[in-house]
Amino acid sequence: MELLTPDFGTFFWMLVSFIIVFVILAKFGFPALVNMVNERKQYIDDSLKSAREANEKLSHIKEESESILVEARKEQARILKEAMDTRTQIVNEARDKAKAEGGRLLEEARKQIQKEKDDAIRDIRKQVAELSVEVAQKVLRKQLSSEVEQNGMIERMLDEVSDSKK
Amino acid sequence: MKLLRHFGLFLLACLLGVMPLHAAGEEVAGEKSTVDVQEIVFGHIRDAYEWHLFTLGEKHVSIPLPVIVYSQTTGWHAFSSSRLGHGAEYEGFHIASEGSYAGKVVETTPDGQEVRPLDISITKTALSLMINSLLLVLIMVGVARWYKNRKPSSEAPKGFVGFMEMFVMMIHDDVIVSCVGKDYKRYAPYLLTAFFFIFINNLMGLVPIFPGGGNVTGNIAITLFLALMTFLAVNIFGTKEYWKEIFWPDVPTWLKVPVPFMPVIELFGVFTKPFALTVRLFANIMAGHAIILSLVSIIFITASLGAVLSTSMTIVSVLFSIFMSCLEILVAFIQAYVFTMLSAVFIGLSRVRHEEHA
Repeated sequence: MELLTPDFGTFFWMLVSFIIVFVILAKFGFPALVNMVNERKQYIDDSLKSAREANEKLSHIKEESESILVEARKEQARILKEAMDTRTQIVNEARDKAKAEGGRLLEEARKQIQKEKDDAIRDIRKQVAELSVEVAQKVLRKQLSSEVEQNGMIERMLDEVSDSKK
Repeated sequence: MKLLRHFGLFLLACLLGVMPLHAAGEEVAGEKSTVDVQEIVFGHIRDAYEWHLFTLGEKHVSIPLPVIVYSQTTGWHAFSSSRLGHGAEYEGFHIASEGSYAGKVVETTPDGQEVRPLDISITKTALSLMINSLLLVLIMVGVARWYKNRKPSSEAPKGFVGFMEMFVMMIHDDVIVSCVGKDYKRYAPYLLTAFFFIFINNLMGLVPIFPGGGNVTGNIAITLFLALMTFLAVNIFGTKEYWKEIFWPDVPTWLKVPVPFMPVIELFGVFTKPFALTVRLFANIMAGHAIILSLVSIIFITASLGAVLSTSMTIVSVLFSIFMSCLEILVAFIQAYVFTMLSAVFIGLSRVRHEEHA
């Protein structure tokens, strides 16, 4: 029966020991551990969540970069085409301008030549006239060396004038 | 598990039943009994005022422990238990050898009667209890220190701290949170302390040499106290719904109106629950200690029965002792687990709410 009757002394020391152990462990033992485990769990969950978000963002960025690349390529092609067009245009313009200029220069040269030619012809004519006059003078001088002849000439000329006045 | 325990108890009963007869028979024959199994087993299971370490030849080597008593007539006394050895009397106190106070310190009053004083001696059980409590505090505070100056982002502990973390969280999550319900935060420190307190006392009880070996959780005062704590935790914080289920349960009215059958049964249940907790833990651990000691004693009993029988029984005894020790380690865990789980379930039941119940 002794085993089945609780002893007061043992009970008393159990009370003291258990209360002390309980107070110490409830204050410094278990909460630190349990809280840390729960916090760590929270931290892991958060980390997983943010990792997933980052992954999503990354795939999003990839898509975006691809679309940007495609756009850039398009833009490049457009710019190249434009540049080519511009080049062709410039070349054409330059060619036209050069042609026009060449034509103009040619025309001018032709005009100059014409003018020179005309001048030259005019000069030649003047000289021919002067020479003719000189020849005529010389001929006349020779023919009108005598008085008779000079008078006859005047007579004839006066006639001609009077005839022309009639 | 239960079958084995029954078998063990049966074996113990047989041994205990046979031995006094055997001893008595030998005394009649005029021989001195060399092995008194009952004394070995009960000497261990019972509390003692000294810590018996070993016996060298005829000499008993023990650690004397302080005796602290309060006498109605002479007040407080504190002295070493070595002064009470071999029935000696000191300051009017001696250890009773027979009667209802056998093995306890008693005071002899002037009129020659034996009176039990208020006894808060640090007995073997009390000292084991203190050593184990200190050990538990050192282990747990040591483990908790690891968490200081660490952030949730630092890596998880390894080794012993990692093991303890897993162990504590297993009890916390699987037993406390799942059985108590949403109020678990208030009860978790008590239930965790109870679990590890019982577990370390169970385990230390299985260590056969000095700091261990005390029969702490196999002492009914210890288990009574633990059950009382659970009883208080259950009934102090019980909800209105809990009390309603006791005094006005959901049964046909004739079961409760003229003669309150159900309320009486329910009220009875309030007290049987902690009683069951007390006895379950106490009986399991005490029986475990008794079985192992009995098995070891077989060696010494059969020593006088001839070489062949003695040798074969020694082998059997050692094998059984190893098996039982392994089983007791398992029981140490299971009983702590069961105590904690049942406490958690009782607490959970006392926290019922109307909407949950519907």
